[in-house]
Amino acid sequence: MDTGFAAVAIFFAAIFTNNILLTNYLGMCSFLSVSREIKTSLGLGAAVIFVMASTSFLNYIVYHFVLIPLGLEALRFIVFIIVIAAFVQLVEMVIERVSETLYAALGIFLPLITVNCAILGVSLFMVIREYGMLQSFMYGLGSGIGWFLAIMAMAGIRQRLKKAQVPKGLEGAGITLVITGMMALAFMGFSGMISV
Amino acid sequence: MSATTAKVRKIFTSAIGTDNPVFAQILGICSTLAVTNVFKNTLVMTLGVVFTTTLSNFTVSLLRKHIPARVRMMAETLIIATYVIIVDLFLKAYLPDISKQLGPYVGLIITNCIIMGRAEAFALSNGPGLSLVDGLASGIGYSYVLLIIAFFRELMGSGTIWGFKIFEALNIPWTNWSIMVMAPGAFFMLAVFIWIVKGVILKEQEAS
Repeated sequence: MDTGFAAVAIFFAAIFTNNILLTNYLGMCSFLSVSREIKTSLGLGAAVIFVMASTSFLNYIVYHFVLIPLGLEALRFIVFIIVIAAFVQLVEMVIERVSETLYAALGIFLPLITVNCAILGVSLFMVIREYGMLQSFMYGLGSGIGWFLAIMAMAGIRQRLKKAQVPKGLEGAGITLVITGMMALAFMGFSGMISV
Repeated sequence: MSATTAKVRKIFTSAIGTDNPVFAQILGICSTLAVTNVFKNTLVMTLGVVFTTTLSNFTVSLLRKHIPARVRMMAETLIIATYVIIVDLFLKAYLPDISKQLGPYVGLIITNCIIMGRAEAFALSNGPGLSLVDGLASGIGYSYVLLIIAFFRELMGSGTIWGFKIFEALNIPWTNWSIMVMAPGAFFMLAVFIWIVKGVILKEQEAS
């Protein structure tokens, strides 16, 4: 019961108070480059939720049932990245076979995800914070949703921004970072709501 | 010989100036933001990145004729991960406090787009010597930007430099801008930095 409650708390904390993008700065590269369009942001965001939840769970199993018994914790970086890359490849092949519409919507984003640092980051945080199995899964799921939320909000804002007059030097990455900073400030309003 | 020196010089000027990985190509932003709240941690982190880019670029270049094109990305990732593990173990053994504070960001050097980007864009098509120089140059280009940002964030956020209470020592009344060491401050600081640098570049372009 206790761990179940903790898992729920972790889930909400990962979305709001400890948002992986806005407080841990992870996944910035794809966030900055993809958030130009709402449609592509939606596709990438959905793919991130799915991959993050699955790989955090898979990496938990690999770490606790393979690496620790063998005493190979130091190799976790290599193993985690291989698990993520293999999983993404597998999902890509399955989606291609099963549904063409889904492949058209998500397929192009999957290769991008392997190099999204947020995915590896979630697995590394899970090890450092010593989460249990359910907690790891909920943390991955929550972080994915938090990332989705942030990129969708940003895509919406950038859509409006196209008509705005931005100082020349700030165009592109600069103004996006300023807005991200404001979003991070806004999300700080949630802090204190849940503490993990 | 002079052709090589000219090439080396060109690599360095582009990595430090116009093609800087951080403010011109907007790569490796995650760690740029995450570790720059304390100057000391930033220095350790940048040294780790310089070590990794230099040697992984060199290794990828050495193996470039033996890596099959299909598994190229995977092979590069494994080479990078090997060097990151060396950095991680080294920090754990000799600088355990900093290793703890940097947390997952040492491991995340693997997904730092600068390293992968240099391996893809340069090491695959150039010899090992030049690749080594190129890796070193982009590592330095990344490092100095981080160090400047970290300097201002620590100074304004905690009123210290390298842990030394500079404002207290100079008897200047100073209230810490705690926002600077938190997440929003990092975003604003990088945005301002990019703004200033781009402004300078734009002006130079207009002049010429």
